[in-house]
Amino acid sequence: MAEWYTLVLLTLDAALRVATPLILCAMAGLLSERSGIIDIGLEGKLLAGAFVAGTVAAVTGSAWLALLTAVVVSGLLSLLHGFACITHRGNQVVSGLAINIIVSGLTVVLGIAWFARGGQTPSLDAAARFMPIEFPLAETLRAVPLLGPVYAEVISGHNLLVYAALASVPVVYWLVYKTRFGLRLRAVGESPQAVDTAGISVAWLRYRAVLLCGLLCGVAGTYLSIAQNAAFARDMSAGQGYIALAAMIFGKWRPLPAMGACLMFGLLDAIAIRLQGVEIEGFGEVPVQLIQALPYVMTVVLLAGFIGKAVAPRAIGIPYVKER
Amino acid sequence: MKSAHVSLPAWVSIGVAPLFNIALALLLSGLIILLIGENPIEAVKLIFVGAFGYDEAIGYTLYYTTNFIFTGLAVAVAFHANLFNIGGEGQAYIGGLGIGLAILAFDHALSFWLMLPLMLCAGALFGAAWAFIPAWAQAYRGSHIVITTIMFNFIAAALLVYLLVNVLVEPGNMSPETRSFADSAHLPFMHEVFGWFGIAVTRSPLNVSILWALICCVGVWFYLWRTRWGYALRTVGHSERAAVYAGIRPQRVIVVTLCLSGALAGFVGINELAGVQHRLLLNFTAGYGFTGIAVSLMGRNHPLGIVLASLLFGILYQGGAELAFEMPAITREMVVTIQGLVILFSGALAYMSEPWLARVYTLAALGFAQTRQTRET
Repeated sequence: MAEWYTLVLLTLDAALRVATPLILCAMAGLLSERSGIIDIGLEGKLLAGAFVAGTVAAVTGSAWLALLTAVVVSGLLSLLHGFACITHRGNQVVSGLAINIIVSGLTVVLGIAWFARGGQTPSLDAAARFMPIEFPLAETLRAVPLLGPVYAEVISGHNLLVYAALASVPVVYWLVYKTRFGLRLRAVGESPQAVDTAGISVAWLRYRAVLLCGLLCGVAGTYLSIAQNAAFARDMSAGQGYIALAAMIFGKWRPLPAMGACLMFGLLDAIAIRLQGVEIEGFGEVPVQLIQALPYVMTVVLLAGFIGKAVAPRAIGIPYVKER
Repeated sequence: MKSAHVSLPAWVSIGVAPLFNIALALLLSGLIILLIGENPIEAVKLIFVGAFGYDEAIGYTLYYTTNFIFTGLAVAVAFHANLFNIGGEGQAYIGGLGIGLAILAFDHALSFWLMLPLMLCAGALFGAAWAFIPAWAQAYRGSHIVITTIMFNFIAAALLVYLLVNVLVEPGNMSPETRSFADSAHLPFMHEVFGWFGIAVTRSPLNVSILWALICCVGVWFYLWRTRWGYALRTVGHSERAAVYAGIRPQRVIVVTLCLSGALAGFVGINELAGVQHRLLLNFTAGYGFTGIAVSLMGRNHPLGIVLASLLFGILYQGGAELAFEMPAITREMVVTIQGLVILFSGALAYMSEPWLARVYTLAALGFAQTRQTRET
């Protein structure tokens, strides 16, 4: 096998692993924002999910229990966001930011108070984690030219949550575009008055949307601390919630393009890591930091209307006040 | 909300409601400390002793306060035009870069009195430039300021890492930082200033930047409430359409306001780099840009309120450091948590307490009226 081909496959494999939490968070943000609730709190819910999963897995040794509690806690944070933005018509950006800051402080405070390891949770053994799943015949098919290594390296050998993230995209697509709930969800994000006039509760619809958003963020957090890594580390989300937000906007609030953006951002990250310290002739060392900043630059350029037009749901960010 | 809106008198909505919200945030913080297994009252005592107990501590408290005044003012100016500048962190970072570049270029050639205006201009200019692109995109291209400024925070961080690691790093230095600035670019410390008048004060990072921060407060107050530009700014904040009818061009106001906001954030570099660190290094903004949001919300976007809120956060930062030293179970990040809770209660949930306060107020007013009636009859 040509060496460059293996290299490409390994990079794609890494890209998929990086993209997993992005995809889950982007789908989460999509559900919330399609209902008209801005969610910059993805980052905080991701971090909270990671902390809770890491803690519960360390204490109980059960990966599934860790997943469940992470999802519950992240969902509760979403409900807090809903309580502030839907019930009390607070500023959605302020509320999301508050959640991010609270979580970034509290995870360190509680982590150090409970485990005294500088904010880290104890490292987990394989039984308490989601471990890679080898697909049948992966090693046998590796010998098949071209496609064999793709199957063995890229498709097989990830943990369950990677496949769950990939599966979440068609599920969210189906939910948003093919169900009655989805139709109402999209309607409430565009024109809450119309939905209200039809006798459907705006608040209840939006609460369900933000709750679903929280659940998905919890899964993403679980992936970070007990599937991709073997413990929670302080600030381990490292801005991935914001990248997911950017990817969702880059995908123009639609599931499939959002997934595409996540994969592209994941690929950029994988390439940046691979190019660390590599010299290119006549150019010098590759500026890795600038490649890592590319997702943000591209999102700004897109939002300024230079790559197509990204139109947000019409009622986004506006608290709904029932007419009297 | 079923209850009809009761209009509260100004002293309740400006005075009581914010204090009530902050009290809720602090109460919850106390519960978290209880959860960790420490005594919250003891913690509050330690914080106050740590922040005011000796004159070095007061210096540290006021040094943190200085940063928060700059970033708080930056957020507040934008809030008055109904814009949410979440990018104070990035603007402070790039403002610091500008200050660093100006100093590295001229510190051996110019005297202090020429360096001072140069540093101020460089910080303001670079901070404003970093706010200009999101501002322009918001005003003329319709992209949302919140998202673009978040992205610009990350871009600024990546840019500084790149520049410091690859370009500006002092040859032979293991950590990514520039050479030390020459003496002409050092702002006098306050203990030196007091020393000139023969008053002995313990050494602390507090420097003359705090005077500049207070001047900025007065300047912002004057700009917002005493100039026609400030009037235009607040008009746009209340209603863009009304502003258009009044002959104000909202696009231009948006750009100018955000540039002003970025310039104020850029002054963090004056305190941090020219005042204390005396070299350009990574992460000198340390989240001050985000604290500015809490400061502004808590201070009700008014310079006076911002000074008070900045002082409170200065106390929390300095006292929190001492607290972490005395109570090892509590870490400095407790302050970050408190900051988040303040943003939650005085920002996102600001209206939560209003119906309760309205009920209490109407009951009290009713009771007062009744007693007066019975006394009269």
